[in-house]
Amino acid sequence: MTTPNKKPHRIVRDIAHARAGDKGNTSNVNVWVYDPADFELLKRVLTAERIKQAFPALIRGPVQRYVIEHLHGLNFVMQSALEGGVNSSLNLDSHGKSFSYLILGLSLEESAGA
Amino acid sequence: MSDTSPAFRIGTGAGFSSDRLDPAVDLVEHGKLDVLVLECLGERTVAFAHRDRLADPKRGYNAHLDRRMQALLPAAFAAGTTIITNMGAANPRAAAEHTLALARKLGLKGLKVACIEGDDVSQLVSLDQALMDEPGKLADFQMPVVGMNAYLGADAIIPAIEAGANVIIGGRLADPSMFLAPLMHRFGWDAADMPRLGAGTLVGHLMECGMQVTGGYFADPGIKDVSDLAHCGYPIAEVQSDGSATITKLAEAGGCVTPATVKEQLLYEVHDPSRYLTPDVTADFSRVDVASVGENRVRVSNAGGQARPQTLKVTVGFDAGFHGEAGVSYAGPSAQRRGRLAAEVVSERLRQVHGMTADLRVDLIGVNSLFATAGARAAETEDVRLHVALRSRAKEDVELMLWEVESLLCCGPAGGGGFRGAITPCVVTKSVLIDRERVKPTTKAFVA
Repeated sequence: MTTPNKKPHRIVRDIAHARAGDKGNTSNVNVWVYDPADFELLKRVLTAERIKQAFPALIRGPVQRYVIEHLHGLNFVMQSALEGGVNSSLNLDSHGKSFSYLILGLSLEESAGA
Repeated sequence: MSDTSPAFRIGTGAGFSSDRLDPAVDLVEHGKLDVLVLECLGERTVAFAHRDRLADPKRGYNAHLDRRMQALLPAAFAAGTTIITNMGAANPRAAAEHTLALARKLGLKGLKVACIEGDDVSQLVSLDQALMDEPGKLADFQMPVVGMNAYLGADAIIPAIEAGANVIIGGRLADPSMFLAPLMHRFGWDAADMPRLGAGTLVGHLMECGMQVTGGYFADPGIKDVSDLAHCGYPIAEVQSDGSATITKLAEAGGCVTPATVKEQLLYEVHDPSRYLTPDVTADFSRVDVASVGENRVRVSNAGGQARPQTLKVTVGFDAGFHGEAGVSYAGPSAQRRGRLAAEVVSERLRQVHGMTADLRVDLIGVNSLFATAGARAAETEDVRLHVALRSRAKEDVELMLWEVESLLCCGPAGGGGFRGAITPCVVTKSVLIDRERVKPTTKAFVA
């Protein structure tokens, strides 16, 4: 998302990498910090509530977050988030493969919205 | 930590139905592999394969089977590498017979091809069956069923290994099971040894998508650079008898194997990391250790496992008619405004002039397409593409949509160009569960 901002701010991509996968109409995105020192920040900023609130029209079901503490990663499982799933969605990216970058594009500002 | 017995070497030579072939040839020629797995089946591909089989009883297997086997069989047979694949898709018997004929043509005398059947459960599943992960039942969809396939596990594959097959071809073999089965056979792991089965399943899970663990699907220039991506190599797993493994690749191949590439694949398509369900085990990836042990060498250990599910997952494919896509591009000043006008014109024509009610979606590539539903919008751009997608049981609806989009060339906003349109068959898949005792896999072997 390239909504113009007054001053440059850090986004999740600056500290973490991610991959998205799909099963039926459920999407999961795993997110890993490059530097373990950033993991506390990532956990504070990327809560399940934050993800759900950031994309209300896209994620119709609940969001569950799993924490992989020793590998410094998070796994988000978003139900009813694929516009029906790979065989039903009319989205060009019917697998939601690009959703990793939807999350990597979120702001790291702790008071920020989407 | 270290094990002095020789590691069992498994390579992946395809991670999906259309994966690359030349790096698989490199791997089989230089990888000193015990086993090469070709994972070529997804929920969609098996359903499309059933359509192919309905049209021609000798078809219904992976479209690239002939070229893959032609390129891989001689080197694999010479090296003593067993090929395990689900390229049989909806017709493993025809795939095995074709491979056998090919082996004879190539002069590979004595090569044994085994065919695993029994995943087709269309005679066993009732349309009143409840869906696995959503409300409702199969009959609710009121669309013709094109196929029903149960995911078969390692127990269906091991008899073919025991029979000494050089090539093992099945249909809906579960992806990680194709890796676990030869490990169980080689190391004599008991089917009740759930931690080991969990460890072997981890190896399969990391390997099953091919290059997704060796730097494919990973590069992000400037922050996650991957060297020589155009020549990315497929992965090799060196597995020890305790189930720990080192993931690596051929030294001369492009790509990279790092803790980061391994971690991204560790939870790819995984929900609860402590409960990853396969036909063989409920695997626990939540405590897995990932450690760099050399250049392009990453060791994984400490996977766990608990009892396997009593049910098998079944993919049910329905014939959902046709899917059409069409587009026209706009560039230069006001490109976005002209593209938006084109979108309004097409929507109004299809809905109001033609009274079409089929599922329709209109995007502006360059402004908001992939993330449109999520509410994203790109900044001003001078290169946009109208993209229209429509699905209908009636092919005429889809043809009409393509016609309307093409008509924008003369009847739409100024400066539009580059019309392309395509119509593809559409299959919808749903999942149900079946008691595993009702599924009876069989193995049949042929010798060239």
